[in-house]
Amino acid sequence: MSVKLGVPSKGRLMDKTFDWFGARGVGLRRVGSEREYAGAVEGIDGVELVLLSAGEIPRELAAGRIHLGVTGTDLVQEKLVQWDQKVEPLAELGFGHADLIIGVPACWVDVDTLDDLDGAAAAFRARHGFPMRIATKYHRLVRAYLHRAGVADYRLVDSQGATEGTVKNLTAEAIADITSTGETLRANHLKVLSEEPVLRSQATLFRSRIAQPDAADWNALRELCERLGTE
Amino acid sequence: MTLAANKARAAELRARFEAAGALPVDCAVLQPAEILLDLYGEDIRTRAYVTSDPVQGEVMLRPDFTVPVVQMHMSQGAEPARYTYAGEVFRRQEEHPERASEYQQVGYEVFDRTDAAESDAEVFALFSQMLEGLPLRAVTGDIGILMAAVDGLDASSARRAALMRHLWRPRRFRALLDRFSGRVPVPPSRKALLVATDPMKDAGPVIGLRGEDEIAERVAALRAEAADGPLAREQVELLETLLKVSETCQFALEQLRDIAVDMPAIVPAVERFARRCDALEARGVDVASLSFEASYGRSSMEYYDGFVFGFVAEGRPDWPPIATGGRYDALTRRLGRGAEIPAVGGVIRAGLVVDLEGGA
Repeated sequence: MSVKLGVPSKGRLMDKTFDWFGARGVGLRRVGSEREYAGAVEGIDGVELVLLSAGEIPRELAAGRIHLGVTGTDLVQEKLVQWDQKVEPLAELGFGHADLIIGVPACWVDVDTLDDLDGAAAAFRARHGFPMRIATKYHRLVRAYLHRAGVADYRLVDSQGATEGTVKNLTAEAIADITSTGETLRANHLKVLSEEPVLRSQATLFRSRIAQPDAADWNALRELCERLGTE
Repeated sequence: MTLAANKARAAELRARFEAAGALPVDCAVLQPAEILLDLYGEDIRTRAYVTSDPVQGEVMLRPDFTVPVVQMHMSQGAEPARYTYAGEVFRRQEEHPERASEYQQVGYEVFDRTDAAESDAEVFALFSQMLEGLPLRAVTGDIGILMAAVDGLDASSARRAALMRHLWRPRRFRALLDRFSGRVPVPPSRKALLVATDPMKDAGPVIGLRGEDEIAERVAALRAEAADGPLAREQVELLETLLKVSETCQFALEQLRDIAVDMPAIVPAVERFARRCDALEARGVDVASLSFEASYGRSSMEYYDGFVFGFVAEGRPDWPPIATGGRYDALTRRLGRGAEIPAVGGVIRAGLVVDLEGGA
């Protein structure tokens, strides 16, 4: 056996993760052809690299199939019920920053707070005969957030991509999505409510509380954590 | 605690409701999602299992029997009617994974126009007889008194409607009350909006289904509200005193009558409560020791709009109530497409009864 470390399999998130580990003396790299998802770990024994889609890492951690994993806080909290009992955040990696926010049309001059959103939703439902639609792929997080705020008369509609376009396309009245700079929002004539975001997310190294390491794995895990300075 | 034992206990309880004169009914496990979403809003998804049917679209595993039983009665039932049922209901337990997500529910529902106080008392007395001997504590309340209090506030109809809409969300209700009474500062964005000569000046292009007229309408409504000035402090304090009433029925009634002196709008509702107490006593319920909490049922029982009750296991604060019920006249109005009928009923969790009897 060996300690399995799950890392996003492509893009900036993978490169930055490799850099972060590299700066701490743990070399991660892909091996084989450009299309093959295989990786190698250098500078430490007993650790195996598993390249996965960032969206699948929470599930693999919760199932105990990997011991460590790098993914966004947003994905962990959206996908795992009682996430804090299944994984432990070890280190925030300082990149992949993004906020999950509620966005409404910039022309809604009367809507700036959640209190406003609720008021507008009530009036919208009375006028149109159906609840205000909010497009998102973060159903659990957004629903819990709006529930806490006491917002009623809305309906979540699923949007797995190009969420900012749903308002203009008349398939939703508002959105809840991840944004880092807000540029896409502005380009689509949307604005962010002046409230705490639903969630502040960044790339984070998580440890699975479910995976059961054997004695050798424990040693490797301890050594790795020491090297990474997460103890 | 086995499924078979729970099912058998549920059947026994249903037989007792039948013996009390109820007609046994059943309904489909798969219910159209649309009607439940319409009633409870998006929050129902956190409590019910939603699945999809290739033809019907979104469907839910029944989270309770009340809605389908009301629909059945409204479309074909004769009056007056008493129904009973027993079967599984399904609830997602994201917050309490230790609680059952599938359990046996036994219910009793009364549709009767003759005398609301009598029907309320009939249901409660029957439930207390059936649960007699178990270590339970009964709590009652009355959402109708709260609704009358909100309706009777000296406030604009917009403010009263907003409070009424959030009667079942205590935190939001409080936030609205704080705002309407000027106890929290107005957010700067609202202040700016209220004095802007042309609020749409820098609004950019108007996109989406919510039109410019709707935006203008809400701006006008917000300005009208600001011009109303804050709610009188005495009114807010009175409402808060009312919400805090928590006593045995007899003392609660005294307190409510005291409050009604300054809040005459609640007099009819308080007198309905008094008649219910008499009817309960006549049926042998020990009203002198029965608790009444004015806020009971506000956070969990959305469709009740009058009498509410619950039976909770003593020493098991981690358990949900063993039995709950109440009056839901407004629900029959919403599901009845113009028709309506006074209705009151309740449910028992057979599995928890088995656990209690087993000394859990």
